[in-house]
Parts: sequence; C-alpha cells; structure tokens
Amino acid sequence: MSDATVSEIALPRAPGKAGRYVYISGVVLLCAWVLIPLYLLLVNTLSSPETVNSFPKSFIPEFDLGSLEFFTGFSGMLVALKNSIIVAAITMVLSILIGAPAGYALSRFDFRGKELFRLLILLTRAFPLPLLALPLAVLFIRTGLDDTAFGLALVHTTLAIPFSVLITFSLFSGIPIELEEAAWTLGCNRVTAFQKVVLPLILPGITASAIFAFVISWNEVFAAAVLTIENRTLTAFLLQTLSESPLHLKFAGGFILVVPALIFIFAVRKYLFAMWGIANR
Amino acid sequence: MNARLLPYVLIAPVTAFLCVFFLYPFFLVAQQAFTTGNGFTMDNFREVVGYWKFPISMRNTFLLALAVVPIQLALSLLMATMVNKMKRGRDLVLYVWTIPLGISDLAAGIIWLAIFEQSGFLNSMLHGLGVVDQPTSFLSYQNLTVVFIAIMLAEIWRATAIMLVIIVAGIGLIPKEYYEAAEVFGASPWKRFVKVTLPLLRPSLQTALILRVVLAFEVFAVVAALGGSTFPVLMEQIYENQFLLQNSGTAAALALIVLAISIFFTLIILRALRVPKGATI
Amino acid sequence: MAEIQIKNVAKRFGEYQALSDINLTIADQEFMVLLGASGCGKSTLLRIICGLETATEGEVWIGGRRVDHLAPKDRGIAMVFQNYAVFPHLTVFENIGFGLRMQKQPNDEVKRRVERTAELMHIEQLLGRYSGELSGGQRQRVAVARALAMEPDVILMDEPLSNLDALLRLEMRAELKGVLAESNTTAIYVTHDQVEAMSLADRISVMHQGRIVQAATPVEVYRNPAERFVAGFIGNPPMNFLPANRADAGKWTVAGQTYDGPHAADGSVEFAIRPEDIAPAESGLPAKVRLIEPLGAHLLVTCDVDGTMFRAVLESDLELKTGEIINLAPHADRIRWFDKSTQQAVA
Repeated sequence: MSDATVSEIALPRAPGKAGRYVYISGVVLLCAWVLIPLYLLLVNTLSSPETVNSFPKSFIPEFDLGSLEFFTGFSGMLVALKNSIIVAAITMVLSILIGAPAGYALSRFDFRGKELFRLLILLTRAFPLPLLALPLAVLFIRTGLDDTAFGLALVHTTLAIPFSVLITFSLFSGIPIELEEAAWTLGCNRVTAFQKVVLPLILPGITASAIFAFVISWNEVFAAAVLTIENRTLTAFLLQTLSESPLHLKFAGGFILVVPALIFIFAVRKYLFAMWGIANR
Repeated sequence: MNARLLPYVLIAPVTAFLCVFFLYPFFLVAQQAFTTGNGFTMDNFREVVGYWKFPISMRNTFLLALAVVPIQLALSLLMATMVNKMKRGRDLVLYVWTIPLGISDLAAGIIWLAIFEQSGFLNSMLHGLGVVDQPTSFLSYQNLTVVFIAIMLAEIWRATAIMLVIIVAGIGLIPKEYYEAAEVFGASPWKRFVKVTLPLLRPSLQTALILRVVLAFEVFAVVAALGGSTFPVLMEQIYENQFLLQNSGTAAALALIVLAISIFFTLIILRALRVPKGATI
Repeated sequence: MAEIQIKNVAKRFGEYQALSDINLTIADQEFMVLLGASGCGKSTLLRIICGLETATEGEVWIGGRRVDHLAPKDRGIAMVFQNYAVFPHLTVFENIGFGLRMQKQPNDEVKRRVERTAELMHIEQLLGRYSGELSGGQRQRVAVARALAMEPDVILMDEPLSNLDALLRLEMRAELKGVLAESNTTAIYVTHDQVEAMSLADRISVMHQGRIVQAATPVEVYRNPAERFVAGFIGNPPMNFLPANRADAGKWTVAGQTYDGPHAADGSVEFAIRPEDIAPAESGLPAKVRLIEPLGAHLLVTCDVDGTMFRAVLESDLELKTGEIINLAPHADRIRWFDKSTQQAVA
C-alpha cells in the first residue's frame, strides 16, 4: 500500500493547519508517553546507588555504573540472569521445533479436524496460562523436573506455542504453493523442496518468531516464581527480593529486563503486524 | 509419506504438547480445587471466599480491569488511526509505540516505581516546582487512590501496545476501496470510522479484547512492584496461598475462579462482537 | 518416445465430481491443448498428469510406463506454472539450473544447458538477476527455460500466457510454438483462450463439466464440432442455432426455408451455421437486422431470424440499416445438425 492510500484511511483527517498541529502534537505526546518512563529508568540505572536513594533527583543521568556494578555483584543475580537466558533459549527452540510443523500443516493442507485444531490453538489464548504452573509444580516434583530450567521452559513453551503456530502459519501462507510444486516437478521430493525453496525464504520470519518466543519466556514472572526455587530466573529473583532489595538493585534489574526487549521488538517489528493480521481471520 | 497422513504427523507434536501441558494441567487444577484428600468437597472454595482479603482483591482486580481496558481500547484505536494517516515516520512511530509490548509486567512495575516512589521523579518534579517541600509517600496505605492510579498508568503504559498491534494489523486488512466508496457516498471521516472501520474491524477487536481482558485479570507483577500488599489482587492471592500458606488446594480454587471469570468475559466479548456469517471481508 | 495415455481417469473432491471417465492418448511430440472454461477440470487433469494431484480412479501412462503412483520428479516431466513460480531467492541462472542441480549434473553441464536454454529464450543477459528484478514477460521466459533445461519427455503448461498483456501474449505464443516444435517434446497446454488453443495445438481437447467433449485438430473442432457445446464454445462469435422441422426424408424446414439434412429421426434436430458461412442472397433465411457492428475487415450483424438471435459476419462494404429485412443464405456444405436430446452432431 502506498503512503498516499494509507493516508486516506480512517479518521481524523486534519482540516487545515490547526488540525495538523493538534495531530502532530498528539503523536509527539504519545511517543513521549512511551519513552519518558523508559528514560527515567535509564537515569536511575546510570546513577550511583547514593544518587538513586537521594532526594530530589536529577533528570539527567550522571553516567555512574555503580548501580549496575552492585547489581552484578549481588549474590545470585548473575546466576538468575544465566537461568533466564537458558530457559528462554530452550523455549525458543522448543516452540519453533514443535510449532512450525503445525503452522506448515495449517497453511498447506485441508484435513479433517483442522477447525478443531485451530480452536485448540485459539483456546489457549483465552486462558490465563500462567495458572498452569500450579498443578505442574506438583507434577514436576513427581517427575524430577521441579526447579529445573527445562521444566520451566516447558511451561513457557506452552505460552509461546500458540504464537509460534500462528506466526509460522502466516509465514508459510505467504509462500505460494506453486514454488514448492515447481520444485517437485524439478526433481525434489517434499523434504528437499522444503530445504531448497521454503526454508531459505522463510528463515528471517522463523527467526523473528523464535525471538518472539524468547521474549515471552524472558518476561514471564508468575510461572517462573512458582516453579523455581533454587534456580530462579531473573524475573522470579527480582520478584522474590522486591520487598527487601534496595531501590538501585530494582532499577538496575528492571533495566536489564528491558534492554533485550527493546532489541527484540526492533528485530521483529516487521512481522508483528503480519502475524496478527492473519491470526484474526 | 502418505499425503493424507502428513498433516496429522505435523500437528501431532503441538497437539500432544498442549494435551500434556495445557489440557491436563487444567484438569489437575480442577481436581486439586475440588478435593482435600477425602473426596469431592467445596471446602477450598469456602475457605478462599471466606478469607477477609478475598472481597478486596476481587474488587481491586475488577476495578483495575474496568478502568484500564476501556482506556486502552480507545487509546489503541486513536493511535492506530493516527498511524494510518501518517505519511512520513510511520515505521519509527510504530516501533516506539510497540516498545512496551516487549517489556515484562515486572519491568513495567519497576519503571513506574521509579516515578512514584518516595524519592522518585514525581516527587522530585513537584519539589522542583515548589509544590511540596517534603516528598510524599505516594505508594502507601494513606494514598490508596494514588496506588491505584500508579498501577493503572503502568498497566495502560505497558499493555496498550498489544491491542495497537492487533488493530493496526486489522485495519491493514480492510481494502481501501470501502473507504473510497463510503466517501463517494458522502460519509464524513467520523462516519467512515464508525460505519466502515469499526464493523470491519470486529474480528481484530474480538481478539484484542479477549487477550487484553484475560491478561487484565492476570495482573500480578505490576501490582507486586507498585502496591505490594497494600493493593491485593486475585493473582497475588493465588501466589500467597501457594507459597506463604502452602495450600495448593485453595490456590487451585482461586485459579478456577480466575479461569471462570476469564471464560465468562471471553464468551461475552465473542457474543457482543460476533460477525454474521458471510459478512467477513 | 513419450506417448501419454490417460485411462479412465476420474477425480472427486468430496461430493464434487471434478473429472469423470477421461480417456485420452497423446502421441509422441504432439502439442495437445486442453481447452475449456474455468472449472471444467482442465487444470485438475494437467495436475494429475503432473503428479501434483492424485486421481480417484484410472491410470496415467507416460512413454509406456505407468506413472500414477510416482512422484512428479520421477515422471520425466517439466511444468510451467501460471504464475511462473520463479524462485525469488535464486538468480535466473540458478532457477534454470535448479532441476539439473537436483539431478546432480556436473557444473559445466549445468552451465552449458542453462546457457543454451537461456539463449533459446533470449534471456542470456538476465542470468545474474533475481526474480524481483524481472518483468512478467521475462519471468515467463525463465519459467519456460527452466522447464526446457530439464530436457523432459513431456512439458506441461498451465495457462502460461494468461498473466501477460495482450501484445506480449501474441509474441510469446509464436515463440513458444517455435521453441517447442524444435525441442521434440510432447506438450500439454491448458488454456481457456480458444485463439491460443487454435494457434498452438496439433490437437485440441475441449473439456466441459469434467469430460472431454471432443479431441481433434483445431480445424476439425472448428468445422465439425462433435457436440452442440463445442459449437457454441468455439468461434467468436459462436455458431448460430435455429430450430428445424422435418419436411421430408432428409429435408428440414428452417425459418421457412428447406435444407438437406440428416435422415435421422423426426423433429428433434437443430440447424447450425457459423456466422462467417453466410452471405446475403436473393433467397435465404429472412433476417431482420437488429444491430450492426463494423469490425474493420467485416461487419458483425446481429439479426432476428424466426424469433431467434442470429449473427452473421458480412462484407464490410455492404449497406445495411437496422430494421431492414434481408435474406441470408448459408453455404450448403457448412451447415451442421445437432440432435436436440443427445446434443451430438448428426450427419
């Protein structure tokens, strides 16, 4: 869609200069609404612990790494960070390995039970999934998965799977079946056609979908807090120490939580809209 | 490979995974909630509902959802229409507006803590303006309204992005010819929005609202970071039952209550925004 | 040798009968066109021959080998798709060489054959480009080159020209015919465009509602339609039909005129004549002129004969007025007759 056509869609079409002014300040205001709290967190993170706890505060960071040093030195924090990365990485791999084949099946085949299957996937979105952690805590103790990164990753995969199925479904649907058929007539079987034609075309999208799964796991708090005791993830650790930890530790921790999210959203921004577009129909 | 079997082979992993980690746990939650070691009982529910914090946390959760979701809906619709008429900088603005999508609720809580805590930026600003001499303790029992507003702002800040993404994707699917037709027949921009955009956006609105409402009743980490025990909510009660009281039966009962509320609202939204058969784009 | 035999092929999608009882033999190196309106089953038949679709019943033989249980890659075929299906992530060179690479041909052989077919299709200067940098016509050429590079026994084409604009289509049509005639392959070509079919085909199979109605040379299909459907489908404008009453043995009255016709049963045949096989005469079918459309070389005149619409292609220097009544005489040897109940042609 060209810019000219986009501009025609919906309201409000600003009449004249005043409207234009209101419109632009609205956009700027909303950007500020998103960015200023982030900036304030950054100010706190880049200030010494003393400054963070003092009053009144400066709105300009002093670029002191004291808070971050305190954070990395805090007992258990680095282990928690490592755990978060491990759990998120396992979630990422599992959700793609399990989700992508289903996305392919949904985009390429009409089969009996397809609607039922789609319903199951959609159903998961209408349920408060972190609650799953409660019964699974009991189940995991029985199977020895309690307090392990893998056990938590399984729950996070459940959170991420509906998304990975729907994103890959939309990605595969974007590749004309004729490309695969052409490959079949040119000497490929299903597997080699997938390797030579579909995979190279879909790889960026799959990466985006994997990153999305990573972020879902990275950000999850409730299940992580319920299912881990010794091997806490960063979110679980921060939640646990919320009431007793000093302010500068909270802010540095919050900052560490936010940074990957910023990068990841930037990396997947192109796919965010495509995936939700198709997921609704 | 038999082409008829292939789709089933492809969806088998997801189906098996969701059966084990989605359907089965919900069965287990129900079992835990309705038993206390000697058969079927409603004791867990009686205990949970009878607890003095239950009505408060129920009220708080509902109030929060009621205050947050409509504002988010209006805000995301406004943002989506603003983005749609944008000629330059659309991608940048969309990126900025979707940043909170990648930020965990815990991090969002911490971010707004930086603003509202006693030595935080709000107090610093008020001090700088000469409104107050001494910093106010906003997040305390004395200022429950401010606690509520802080949590509300953090929730709106964090979770509007998901609705925005779904709605922008939905608007992208509406062919521009409909708007041109409406314009030719004399519809004003506002009329076009109400008569064309909103009705055709129903599937997206459905998804966005369901997702958002379910998440609103799951509110937990933002509250934990900002309100702590001053503002009890349902999820926090579940966490407390599971850990502090070590009672998985009552935790499960509460979980079922949250689940029931979620399903109830999902059904209402599905019903209210249903699309007549054949009236899809 | 790649003779293709299709034996008793049928295809059902659930309740829907897409193809029923297809029997067709296509000779080695023959150019066969499957012609029909959309939904007639022509593409489904092509996809069954290709192996992209499985027949519900029946057999497909290529070059004396039964292939209906083989994967597409094992059938000795190549296909040109309607939307070209040029791989977007590969260069033109790698697209044309894709099948050869799959056969694990040595590098210099791949290079030789890619360059030769590229030259044949006049795209040798595009070999380094990607699909996104090509025009529709160029993509079309890549798709054909990719199929030819395989040196297949059979080349299958599914409406390959339908996405091109009219002028380019004409040019590609002529080129395709030349290239395929030289390549010694058997070709099956699906189209809904009768002019394309006429100009390309050695034989045309006219399809209708999942059946092959007539398989014959273009001239035969045009001159002697086997069924009323073919007569009404082929030709632009199509054949005229008029009701006929039996006058005598082998004599039929049509709009007051008597013509020699079939000796067959009484009262149930229709008279048919092509618009271009009619000329104004002293006596003939009385026609009231309704509409005159000058087409340059000819006049297309729409008339009313005995209450039925009737079209004639006449000399352009004729002076006619709407409302005028003229006599139109059909060429006797071009008159065709169709049985009203079976719809079949009768002699």
